[in-house]
Amino acid sequence: MHIELQNIRKQFDGAYAIDGVNLTLQSGEIHALLGENGAGKTTLMNVLYGMVMPDSGAIRIDQTVHRFQSPQDAIRLGIGMIHQHFALVPTMTVLENLMLGEKRPDRWRLNHRQASEELRLFSQQQGLEVDPNAVIQQLSVGTQQRVEILKALRHGAKTLILDEPTAVLTPLEVEEFFLIMTRFRQAGHTIVFITHKLHEAMAISDRITVLRYGQVAGSMETSSASLPELTRLMIGRETNQPNEKSPISSSHTALTIDHINIEDDRGQQAVQNLSLHVKSGEIIGVAGVDGNGQKELAEALCGLRNISSGTIKIGTQDTTGLSVLETSRLGLSQIPQDRHTTGLILNFSVEENLILSEDRLKKFSRFGFLDFQRIRTDTHRLIKQFDIRARDAEIPVSTLSGGNQQKLIFARTLAEPKDILVVFNPTRGVDINASEEIYQELLARRSAGTAILLISTELDEIFLLSDRIAIMFEGRMVGLVSPDTSREKIGSLMAGAA
Amino acid sequence: MARPDRRQQATDLAMPLIAVLGAFVTSGLLIQMAGYDALRALAALFNGAFGNTYNLAETGVRSCPLLLSGLAVMLAFRCGFWNIGVEGQFLMGALMTAWISPFFIESTPYLAWPLILFSGLLAGAAWGSIAGILKVNRQVQEVISTIMLNFIALQVVSYAVHGPLMESAGQFPQTNAVAETIRLTRWFPPTRFHSGILVALIIGILLYILLFRTVLGYRIRAVGMNAVAAGAAGIHVSKTILITMCLSGGVAGLAGAIELTGVTYRLYEQYGGGYGYTGIAVALLGRLHPGGIVLAALLFGILETGANAMQREANVSAVLVYVIQALILLFVLIGTAMSNRWAKHKPQTDT
Repeated sequence: MHIELQNIRKQFDGAYAIDGVNLTLQSGEIHALLGENGAGKTTLMNVLYGMVMPDSGAIRIDQTVHRFQSPQDAIRLGIGMIHQHFALVPTMTVLENLMLGEKRPDRWRLNHRQASEELRLFSQQQGLEVDPNAVIQQLSVGTQQRVEILKALRHGAKTLILDEPTAVLTPLEVEEFFLIMTRFRQAGHTIVFITHKLHEAMAISDRITVLRYGQVAGSMETSSASLPELTRLMIGRETNQPNEKSPISSSHTALTIDHINIEDDRGQQAVQNLSLHVKSGEIIGVAGVDGNGQKELAEALCGLRNISSGTIKIGTQDTTGLSVLETSRLGLSQIPQDRHTTGLILNFSVEENLILSEDRLKKFSRFGFLDFQRIRTDTHRLIKQFDIRARDAEIPVSTLSGGNQQKLIFARTLAEPKDILVVFNPTRGVDINASEEIYQELLARRSAGTAILLISTELDEIFLLSDRIAIMFEGRMVGLVSPDTSREKIGSLMAGAA
Repeated sequence: MARPDRRQQATDLAMPLIAVLGAFVTSGLLIQMAGYDALRALAALFNGAFGNTYNLAETGVRSCPLLLSGLAVMLAFRCGFWNIGVEGQFLMGALMTAWISPFFIESTPYLAWPLILFSGLLAGAAWGSIAGILKVNRQVQEVISTIMLNFIALQVVSYAVHGPLMESAGQFPQTNAVAETIRLTRWFPPTRFHSGILVALIIGILLYILLFRTVLGYRIRAVGMNAVAAGAAGIHVSKTILITMCLSGGVAGLAGAIELTGVTYRLYEQYGGGYGYTGIAVALLGRLHPGGIVLAALLFGILETGANAMQREANVSAVLVYVIQALILLFVLIGTAMSNRWAKHKPQTDT
């Protein structure tokens, strides 16, 4: 099966998520789709899987152009996709899950033993052995993934799209998973392997296509690819903009991070022995490929996650065990990474979201009652000052574009200036104009003496804003360099090739 | 305050109305198909609810516990807490009132009323806080814990009316009647319209103010809609849930106290008969808004008052009103699902 995606475009919220992508999938290859979060990998594959309708462009399979109305159409042509979030019913058995949506000759009166025997045989043939009668929720994530793959194969998939399949696996499971992929290739299946991990792409794939900002940054045989080159393609090769900033005047250390260790939700070591000092009026950029401990670091700084050892100090105050509210009272504020789940309450109005912090609730209330007159005045002031484009202050923020939502969070956070600001991916999914405005705000806070920790997977903004750049790889800080350092150097540090 | 856009407002208002209308039409068809005269039955039902002063007052009396239960459910739901335990909190409020009221026979009514009602409120709050504490400290699913607490409350009441609180005559498993001096005033005798109905309406207004005008109400709604964001904003999520559950249970307990001192005067087995559960339906039909809940409680009160008249005059079983109530809920659920689907298909407006 020969699949060609031709000049695919897809717009969300006025910005192109996919901007004219051409991609060819050869029969029987493992094709790695590499790119940062938000580069458009998943969207592109959702187009091929019929889940997202492209604005323009064509899908050509074996010389015929197809228009998919739904995943059903893609499945019929032998395309299967396994998403990051599995579509399994956790309380049902493997067999029951696989029979969902399947037309069986004995569907009115199921021959349970025969069906389960059939499935056992099928899973053995595919090299994906599972117990048909095991209940999904009792299986490990790795095994659940096998069930998902089995499901796709049962639907006759010849081309398998795997969306970041290794993200949920332990290192041992990853190795096992690679074996399965190799076996599929031998059986003649085509595999699209979405990932942002360079070494995985290098280890398993035949071809690599790198996406960046919704466009193909490069495509090559894996045998001719190198880590530094892939890094450069992933993070861009624009020349460094001159960093014309006033020198840091203060020598006061606002935030001290001293040999901290942090565990992630699964109890794995996410941050290891990390130390960093941020001075007042300084922006430290934390660069790194997504998933190298940045999330845990940000949460620990804000009081949302406990550190397992080491100390974090705001000024001279140890923050171990303090809550979000307490760290905020000590002078640390945050711009969270995920504005939809952590930064905003989507059903609340613009006005209500602008007072979503205990500080501001206290400021705009009297004897426990909200002071609407003052809230309204302040809302209008912030909307104007931060150029938040909303029809009016009382519509739900869910109706705003990503850029305006992010500006709202900045408005709320910067309205109560703090000594320290932790910013995590401030411009993800934000259009260029809004990004520019956000950069100006950050630089203004820097001039005003705020210590800023800018955690970002966008190297461009790290270079643009930072006074010093810390590079994280697998939870460790593998470098602390000046922004004059070359991209190649930083890129190779990010890839772990120190 | 969140003012939904006009289209949203329109569906918010129209949807329950359409649901009610749809339920009546469907039940009318059912009655007709069963061989009765549907129009006559419905006329009898409304006549039974409004026909004369007595019936009208009775509708108010029936609506009162539904209103308070609905408000109690609403408050907890607004905080994202599925309080299915209003029934139990209602019972504990009534039990506390039955137990404590004999101690107030000597005091003046104006002192006794608030104290007695408040004791019922406290009992409900305490009962509600159990599920709150379990949820906050032990992550116990509140749907399960509150239902189990309902059964416990039922058994506690049963024990009380068979044992320590059994009437002095010792004949029936029920408490002594509340002394006349401390019963809630009936304003229009011989109807049972009592002052507790006014209290219920005032609670509705107070809860509206609480939810939409105070910092606590803001926290409650914030936690209910997105606990993660609320927590990241420094709001103490567990504390907010606990406070809400005390308030919700308190309102439910107050409902029990008012029912006991205003209507039944005695506590007995199977007391209340499901006001707490009907309160869930009332809260949902009222779209979790105090104003809507007043209307929904009134509607359910009308149905329950008119049921007997319908049976008497049109020979249609009174149980049919429960069919109507269930149909209303079904239609509301269908309507919600449909408006959600419309919302999904609506193009993203970008300003």
